[in-house]
Amino acid sequence: MSRIPKEPTKLVTVPSPNKIPERDIDKSPILECQHLGIDFGGLSAVKDFNMAIGRTEIAGLIGPNGAGKTTVFNLLTKVYQPTRGTILLDGVDTHNMNTVQVNKAGIARTFQNIRLFNNLTVEDNVKLGLHNHIGYGMWSGIFRLPSYWREEKVAHERAMELLSIFDMGYLAKYKAGSLPYGAQRKLEIVRALATNPSLLLLDEPAAGMNPSETAELMENIVKIRDTFGIAILLIEHDMSLVMGICEGIAVLNFGQIIAKGTPDEIKNDPVVIEAYLGKKKEA
Amino acid sequence: MNRILHMKKSTRSSLFTYTLVIVAYVVIQLLRAFREGGVGSVLEGQLVPICAYVTMALALNLVVGVSGELSLGHAGFMSIGAFAGCSVAAALQNTVTLDPLRLALSMVLGAVIAGFFGFLIGVPVLRLNGDYLAIVTLAFGEIIKSLVTNIYLGVDADGPQFSFLSNNNQLGEGGIELIRGPVGVTNSERIATFTAGFVLVLVALFIIFNLVNSRTGRAIMAARDNRIAAESVGISVTKYKMIAFVTSAALAGAAGTLYGCGQVTFTATKFDFNTSILILVFVVLGGLGNMWGSVIAAAALTILPEALRQFADYRMLVYAIVLILVMLATNNPTLWNFIARIREQRQEKKEGAK
Ligand SMILES: Nc1ncnc2c1ncn2[C@@H]1O[C@H](COP(=O)(O)OP(=O)(O)O)[C@@H](O)[C@H]1O
Ligand SMILES: [Mg+2]
Repeated sequence: MSRIPKEPTKLVTVPSPNKIPERDIDKSPILECQHLGIDFGGLSAVKDFNMAIGRTEIAGLIGPNGAGKTTVFNLLTKVYQPTRGTILLDGVDTHNMNTVQVNKAGIARTFQNIRLFNNLTVEDNVKLGLHNHIGYGMWSGIFRLPSYWREEKVAHERAMELLSIFDMGYLAKYKAGSLPYGAQRKLEIVRALATNPSLLLLDEPAAGMNPSETAELMENIVKIRDTFGIAILLIEHDMSLVMGICEGIAVLNFGQIIAKGTPDEIKNDPVVIEAYLGKKKEA
Repeated sequence: MNRILHMKKSTRSSLFTYTLVIVAYVVIQLLRAFREGGVGSVLEGQLVPICAYVTMALALNLVVGVSGELSLGHAGFMSIGAFAGCSVAAALQNTVTLDPLRLALSMVLGAVIAGFFGFLIGVPVLRLNGDYLAIVTLAFGEIIKSLVTNIYLGVDADGPQFSFLSNNNQLGEGGIELIRGPVGVTNSERIATFTAGFVLVLVALFIIFNLVNSRTGRAIMAARDNRIAAESVGISVTKYKMIAFVTSAALAGAAGTLYGCGQVTFTATKFDFNTSILILVFVVLGGLGNMWGSVIAAAALTILPEALRQFADYRMLVYAIVLILVMLATNNPTLWNFIARIREQRQEKKEGAK
C-alpha cells in the first residue's frame, strides 16, 4: 500500500461526501480518515472508514450499539493501532504516533465510560490536561524554584478559567470521583480542552444527563467550538443533540459507514431508518 | 491558626509530618542528654535502624501509594546502598577525615548506584501494564542477595581489587577489606549517627512531598488513577512511573548506606525477602500515600520486636496479632482502595478500552 504524502491535501482531492461548512472551504480538513479499518481476531470492528472534518466543524458519528463508534475514537487516538488505512491530522500521517503523541499533535477526547483521575481534585484533573503547557520540570518542582511558583499560578488561573465554561469553579477543591455523573462528564470535556486540541472527540457526552442538562451541554459545545475555533466530532444517541448542532453526520452500522450528510439528509435516509428500526416487513 | 485551617490538605499533612519528625528528634535528643540512662539501651541501639527503615517506608510508599505499582524487592536497593555506600566510606577513611561529610558522600553514591539499578529494572518492566514489577523486583531482591554474598572487594594503594566466588584479592600493605563475601562488611567505624538519620528522613520527606505536590507528582498520580486517560491528555505513563521508581530506589539506597554505616557488621542476608515484606507492611499499615503513617508504622514496628523480647518464642505470634489489631483498629481504608484498584485493573484488562 502506498503511503499518503505528508503535505496537506487540498479539499477537492478528498473523496468525502461530508458537507464541510462554508467557512472551512478552501482550507484543508483538520482530520481525514482514508480506508481506516481494524480487525479483532476474525471480527472487522471497523471497515473502510472514510471521513473528513473541517477545521471548525461540529460533526456527528451515530449508529446502533456495537456499530464500532468508540472503536473509531480508539483508532484516532491510537489506543488501538489501525489494521488498515490512514489517518491524516492536519495533513500529517499519524501512523507512527502513539496515544501521547497524537494528543500533543492535537486530538483530545472524552470516554464513554468516564475516565477521570478519581482520587485527585477537580482542579488537578484540569491541570493534568494542561500538563504539557506547564513550563517547569521535576527539579524545579522539588526545589521550589521561581518557575514552579510562577507556572503553578498561571496553571491555576487557566484551570479556573476553563472550569468556568461549565460554571464548575466552585467544585475545584472536590475529588473528581465524588462529583455527580453529569459534572464528571463535563469535567472530562474541560480536561480534554485543557490540552489545547484542534480536534475534540466526545464519546456520548450527554449519556446519563437529563433534558435540561443536555440542552445546556448543546449550547456549551457550540460555545466551545466558537470560542476555541476547533473541530468537534461527537458520538451521541440523543438525536435532538446530534440533529441540533452537527453540521455533518456519518452513520455507522456493523463497522461500516452507511450514510453521510447533513442532519436533514440523514433524518430522511431510508437506509438509516432501516438500520435503526430494522427492515420493514412487507405485508 | 486560621492559616493552618485554610491550607490545602496536602500542605497541612506535610507540615504535620515534618513537625512529627522534628519533635520526635528533639525529645529523643533531650532524653539522651539529660536523662540518666538516656532512652534505654534497647532504643538507643535502634535509633539509626529506625531512621533507615522510616526512609525505606517513605521510599516504598512513593512507589506503592503514589505511583500504584508494587515492589517486592525494595530491600535489594537497600542492600546495594549499604554495600556500595559502606565500601566507599571505608575506602575514603583516610582521604575524607570529616565523618559527616564522608557519610554524606557515601550516601549520595549509594543512592546513585541504587537509582541506576532501579532505572535498569524500570526500562523493560514499567512499559508493561500489569503486576510485572512485583515479580521482577522479587527476583531482583533474591539475585542481589546471592550476588553480594559472593563478592570480595578490597582496596589498597594500587586501587580497588575485586573477586567473585572466592577471595583472590591480594591486598598490599595498608590495604582494607571492604566486602568479604558471606561475612559481609565488618565496619569498625560506625559513622552513621542518629542526627545523620534524622537529616536523611527530612531530606526524604522534602523530596517526596515536593515531588508529589508538583506537576511531576500530579502526573505520577494520574498514571496511577487511570493509565488510558493519562495518555489521552499527553502524559507518558512510563516516564512518570519511572521517575517515581528511580527516586524511590535512590532513597532506598541512601537508607541502606545509613543502615550499614550504623552497624558494626552486616551481611547480604539482612536484606532479604522478609525485609522487603516488612517494609511493605510498614507502608500498608501506615496507609498508602500517607507519609506520616509510614513514619509512625516504621518506627513503631521496628521497636516492637525488641520490646517484645520478653514473649520469647511467641514473639512473632504476638507481633502478627498486634498487626491485625492495628489494621482492625484503623480499618485502614487505603488498604481497601488498593485492593479495589487492583480489581479494577483486572477488570479493565478484560474489557479493553471503551
Ligand atoms: N478490544 C476489543 N477486542 C475485541 N473486540 C472489540 C474490542 N473493542 C471493541 N470490540 C468490538 O467491536 C465492536 C464495536 O464496539 P464499539 O466500538 O464499542 O461500539 P459502539 O461504541 O458503536 O457501541 C463490538 O462488537 C465490540 O465487541
Ligand atoms: Mg461506544
